[in-house]
Amino acid sequence: MMTNPTGRLTQGQFSFLPDLSDAEIALQVDYGLARGYAWSIEYSDDPHPRNTYWEMFGMPMFDLKDAAGVLIELGACRRTFPQHYIRLMAFDSTRGVESVVMSFIVNRPEREPGFALERQEGAGRSMRYTLRSYAADAPEAERYRR
Amino acid sequence: MSTPLYSIPGTGAAPAAPDAPPAGGGAPEPRTVREVLARSNAGAVLEDLDRSLVGLAPVKARVRDIASLLVVDRLRMALGLRADAPSLHMSFTGNPGTGKTTVALRMAEILHRLGYVRRGHLVAVTRDDLVGQYIGHTAPKTREVLKKAMGGVLFIDEAYYLHRPENERDYGQEAIELLLQVMENERDDLVVIVAGYKAHMDVFFRSNPGLRSRIAHHIDFPDYGAADLLLIAERMLAAQNYRFGDGARAAFAEYLARRIEQPHFANARSVRNALDRARLRQASRLFGDADRELTRDDLTSIEAADIRASRVFSMAAASHAP
Repeated sequence: MMTNPTGRLTQGQFSFLPDLSDAEIALQVDYGLARGYAWSIEYSDDPHPRNTYWEMFGMPMFDLKDAAGVLIELGACRRTFPQHYIRLMAFDSTRGVESVVMSFIVNRPEREPGFALERQEGAGRSMRYTLRSYAADAPEAERYRR
Repeated sequence: MSTPLYSIPGTGAAPAAPDAPPAGGGAPEPRTVREVLARSNAGAVLEDLDRSLVGLAPVKARVRDIASLLVVDRLRMALGLRADAPSLHMSFTGNPGTGKTTVALRMAEILHRLGYVRRGHLVAVTRDDLVGQYIGHTAPKTREVLKKAMGGVLFIDEAYYLHRPENERDYGQEAIELLLQVMENERDDLVVIVAGYKAHMDVFFRSNPGLRSRIAHHIDFPDYGAADLLLIAERMLAAQNYRFGDGARAAFAEYLARRIEQPHFANARSVRNALDRARLRQASRLFGDADRELTRDDLTSIEAADIRASRVFSMAAASHAP
């Protein structure tokens, strides 16, 4: 992880910043609500960058007026999956489809071992590369155990 | 190399989270009630309430108390005395048509202007919106409603329907328990108002003592007097660009005196219904006069005859005759 010295997963917004506090998360959520976005909570224990679709924690939340509602649900998700990645996503429906306009990680496992770059020697001198998360060696739901 | 404005977690102390700027923004701290009132709009809220609602003395007194607490809390805060936000959950009980729903709708706005709730929107629900139809349906449904109401006021009309004692497997109890939990834990983010008829609500609270004790304000709405009802009638007419014609006001006072004696009198709701019927009679009276040129005056005035044609008068005459 030469380019990411902290070993932290960097996906979505704010991922190079220190973890957002609950007050900062509430501000972001309020910003989205003011623009008419619907918020959704998703979790995963497979941090591979190509793992686009995480598991949904409950339904997306429509018609909310205040961030407190989202934070209640986030609290419930953190209690259920304290050692998972959890992200908040905002959906914008102005184009007729619910399209993701904001997405940021709000919960991380305590230890993030990062990724290995695997090299595969192909025909001739060609080289194929792939990323493999160290955490994904363990079976699902047993990763990131303390 | 310049030091970054942020710190990387695990490499050192994180900079302190940005604090909210102190209220008042550098102005000297207020010392008197008048100074606080000048800065907040509590005074305007109270005046507005006094002006726009007829009667309802206990309600106005309670809102005044809540507003006073806010002002005093500001003064205490200026002296560094800590104060928790008060519990504002309310229960409105009273006879039909005494203004429970009307006041609840206003309450969201009042609490918002007083600064007790952040958004000031009102989510009005009944049993159908909270209680599901099969096992496991109730909790998500109730939670969704609660999340929508966060930062505002949740108004549960006819709340006694939530509890169905005759069916012990009713899912209403589940909704009540979730409600209690949120009322306790998210007191800063949500104000819950339950409303219903007095007798029904008493039974409801007896079977749910936890709910009773978590509601700080039990407000009983008194029945309106005849003078109040007449005032309400005039305001209702004015709101729809009508007015009482010559003698109509006296006729309506007479109507009210008789109607109050009759069963199923529903205060302001009966007044509204009576006025709606008077409007119908006025319309058919004008309709009958096909060739007359109608002035603005004709179209806006309810005449005494429109009111005296009511069933209430003929019934009274019939009962006096024998």
